[in-house]
Amino acid sequence: MNRRVVIVFGSLLALITLTGFMQSWSIALSLLTVGLISSVIALGLNIQWGYAGLFNAGVMAFSAIGAIACVLVSMPWVTDVMLAGLASLQTDADKNQQAIDLLQQDISGRLEAERHLAWAWVIGCATGLLAIIVNRILKVLVTPRSRRLLVTAVLGVGLVIFRSSFDPATAVIESTGFGDNSKYLGGLGLPIIIAWIAGGALAALTAWVIGRIALGLRSDYLAIATLGISEIVIALLKNENWLTRGTLNVTGLPSPVPTAKMLQDPPYLFSISSSLIVNSVLFISIIAVFLLFFLWLAHRALHSPWGRMMRAIRDNEETANAMGKDIVMRHRQVFILGCFLLGVGGAMLATHVLQFEPSSYHPLRYTFLVWVMVIVGGSGNNLGSIAGGILIWFAWIQAEPAAAWVFQLVGDGFFLEGSPVRDLLEIRAPQMRTLLMGVILLLVLRFAPRGILPETLQHK
Amino acid sequence: MVGPNGAGKTTVMKAILGMINLTGGSVIFKGEDVTSLPPQSRVVRGMAMVPQNHNVFTSLSIEENLEMGAYLRKDDYSASLEQVFSLFPVLREKRTQVAGELSGGQRQQLAVGRALMTQPDLLMLDEPTAGVSPIVMNEIFDQVLRIRDQGIGILIVEQNARQALSIADVGYVLVNGKNRHTAKGYELLNNPDVRQSFLG
Amino acid sequence: MAYLTDVANAFLWLFNFLILPATTYGSTLALGALGVTLVFGILRFANFAHGDMMAFGTMISLIGVEFLNWLGIFTYPIPAGILFLPVAIILTALLAITLDRTVYRYYRSIKSPPVVMLMASIGVMFLLNGLIRLIKGPELQIFNARRIFPANKIDTVELIERFGDRAVQTKTDFVTQEKVVQVTEPEFVFFTVHDFKQATGLSEGFGLDLIQVLTVAFAVTLFIALYWFLMRTRLGKGMRAFSDNEDLALLSGIDPRRIVTWMWLITGALAAIAGTIYGLDKGYKPFTYFQMVLPIFAATIVGGIGKPQGAIVGGYLVAFSEIMITANYKKVANYLLPENWEVEGNLQLLGTEYKFSVSFLLLVIVLLLRPSGIFRGKVI
Repeated sequence: MNRRVVIVFGSLLALITLTGFMQSWSIALSLLTVGLISSVIALGLNIQWGYAGLFNAGVMAFSAIGAIACVLVSMPWVTDVMLAGLASLQTDADKNQQAIDLLQQDISGRLEAERHLAWAWVIGCATGLLAIIVNRILKVLVTPRSRRLLVTAVLGVGLVIFRSSFDPATAVIESTGFGDNSKYLGGLGLPIIIAWIAGGALAALTAWVIGRIALGLRSDYLAIATLGISEIVIALLKNENWLTRGTLNVTGLPSPVPTAKMLQDPPYLFSISSSLIVNSVLFISIIAVFLLFFLWLAHRALHSPWGRMMRAIRDNEETANAMGKDIVMRHRQVFILGCFLLGVGGAMLATHVLQFEPSSYHPLRYTFLVWVMVIVGGSGNNLGSIAGGILIWFAWIQAEPAAAWVFQLVGDGFFLEGSPVRDLLEIRAPQMRTLLMGVILLLVLRFAPRGILPETLQHK
Repeated sequence: MVGPNGAGKTTVMKAILGMINLTGGSVIFKGEDVTSLPPQSRVVRGMAMVPQNHNVFTSLSIEENLEMGAYLRKDDYSASLEQVFSLFPVLREKRTQVAGELSGGQRQQLAVGRALMTQPDLLMLDEPTAGVSPIVMNEIFDQVLRIRDQGIGILIVEQNARQALSIADVGYVLVNGKNRHTAKGYELLNNPDVRQSFLG
Repeated sequence: MAYLTDVANAFLWLFNFLILPATTYGSTLALGALGVTLVFGILRFANFAHGDMMAFGTMISLIGVEFLNWLGIFTYPIPAGILFLPVAIILTALLAITLDRTVYRYYRSIKSPPVVMLMASIGVMFLLNGLIRLIKGPELQIFNARRIFPANKIDTVELIERFGDRAVQTKTDFVTQEKVVQVTEPEFVFFTVHDFKQATGLSEGFGLDLIQVLTVAFAVTLFIALYWFLMRTRLGKGMRAFSDNEDLALLSGIDPRRIVTWMWLITGALAAIAGTIYGLDKGYKPFTYFQMVLPIFAATIVGGIGKPQGAIVGGYLVAFSEIMITANYKKVANYLLPENWEVEGNLQLLGTEYKFSVSFLLLVIVLLLRPSGIFRGKVI
């Protein structure tokens, strides 16, 4: 088994190195970066599927939650940016009084809106709590029908009051700002690594909520439920502009390592190509540290009594149930832990591209591709998830140039320059990715269902 | 076929029908070796089975259930339908009702009726009296005898050994997977070994 | 008396912006859900690739239409997509059966759990996704796109007579400096909103075009046909029996391979029809069909898995919920409320961006309160 591990990872290293020589080192390192981040995400999914047999089809949402945490934790608070801008305008020698007045108006408008917004949320939470309390109290007093009506009435009234504060407040926030820092609330301005942890925590919290709703369901149903939940989460992230800037995207996320640009300036003075490489290497180092730590944790967990119990439940639920193990609670634990990793991975992804783009979250790329990674890598095997992450990401990216090259050969062989078929083949080359992934998944499921690094322990 | 729990009675029945693979030996039905045939082919040749549980189509009506029994028949099966209804009059009464709404005893009758619609030469019943009251049990055995009188061979796996053996022409006593005694029913009833083991 | 006009207007607004679109959208969902519920009921797994099968069928119809148009054949007022539907049905059904033989059948033979079949359907989903976009591309394409012909190859006068002069335009191609004719085959419209308003004098109205009528007509016809098939034919009853109790069906001599083959044929046909009709209305964009998987699954589960009548009811229920909850009732309220209670802002429960979220919410509610759905299907 160890020999297999060495061969697999050796081959992956070889692939990356080959890319470095044949294409470029920055491409190779970029592939490795996202490959490693994908490994974190795949590891999270593997914990849920491989340890406990949970089919999470909502991976996309948890990655996105990790990403939005980067925004909420590390971006500056917009009103503060505006205040700083105001201060600099006021000390400016040839100041434009009109601009200063407008800015001051906007700022005070925002401060008031922020207060209203806070109030709105207080009311919202209070309504929720009230509804729960009323529900409890009325359980013994009135018929179920009237109880439901009353609770609905409470929620309805609360909603109206909430909206009356919420709508105008968010309208103000979404229309004011200073440059790129505009049209949303902003964040806490903390270092980005903290955002990674926060992203994991936020994802874990969401997992707890979702787990309460969906985890009693059988695998098929769980898949559908998590798929739907992820759609809702993405819809929220795309549309609640006051929080996330919606489709305007948040750019300029802070980087944990010096950016390529910074490396080109004094005191580093690297060349353009070297700066890219150094930046990549630094970033990869940080990710690798996190990944190795998570791997170690996962390995310890797997081999602990807790891990053995989880697998026992997975392999024989009825017996475990009969033995008094609380299955749903165990599943919830695994779900939350796995989603923590999904969140951290999502935060890492956003940091890598230094922006948050909610409309880029597509289930095929962010959920189902991760599934291919886990299955091809070897479900139940942590090292397998890492190998799968790197390999499948490599295949996903390289499929396009490879297909273009093949199509060019075909075109050269059969069709003349400028023929519509040839143009068509060129345009359509990117679609080969999805086709390739489908073929890979089907072939692996059929002929090598345990993956390239099968689970080493006994299982059904 | 009687015997203590776990003796292998249901296994034998499933093996006869072909739902389980044989590790040795063969199944010879009406002179033909059917060991390699799938269940559907044996059903075509005249075997029918009424499983112990899940033995009706709960979302289909009584009439449709019986039609399913006649699925493979190419001839006009209305005569068979009449036979089943005269054997089990309550089914005629409720013929358009959905099978899921029937009581346990009625379902059992429907299950047997469905099997009869295949015009079997061999009808196998897996514990037909499981969980029913003594009155219903007697009714069931009555009906078994009437079916037997129509010339259909019946193989019953039973827990209620005493009653089953009392109506049996031939009895097999299975213990630990092996056939220990084969004799006429009443002979087995009087066999001290058998009585001691589990006739109580 | 004036109030009656207001009520009429309110009703017409609801009809045009709510009832009519929800009925056509619901028809698509219902047909999609029928395909999914059949697979759920008979093969007992969630077929995630169904949306892409619908896209495949629509793509075939589109290719057929483009071919006809390229030949200069216009079939107005009949939408050419309908003419090509039989081809699309056959090819999609063949695709479904091929997929079964090459992918799903293996897992049935080794008695894989439903989760593995679901994963296989995800592989198929990737495959179809890529294949469809490879053949026809991912962008939005409409069925009555513009075609450009050299002026001497086309009878302009005849076309203007048939389509009206807005659809046929003579231009000069600035590269070749030759005269070309640009033809945009219109949709057949019974009457427009404008016509209605003019005829009745009301401030609200609705329009009716052929595609909308065809959508509902096809849907109802298929519902009836499927009902007749499942309730009155031997094969159909066998399918229901197989879905109800597989072991007992085998004992009754029902041939599982025939059942499965016919099931895929029907599912493929339903997918092609649903997809094409929707595409004729809204245009063909592969991603839309992929996205529809969620409301279709919601409809299936809400109605009860394995119950065709559930799929139909579920489809319309989900469609109406999606549209009702995200509609802006400002105008209706203004018509119905007295003068000084006029509503200024929007009267929307949820924004239209949350349309799909609504179907999911409905799904969650059903799963929590009554997982067997309205018609008490399987809780698998």
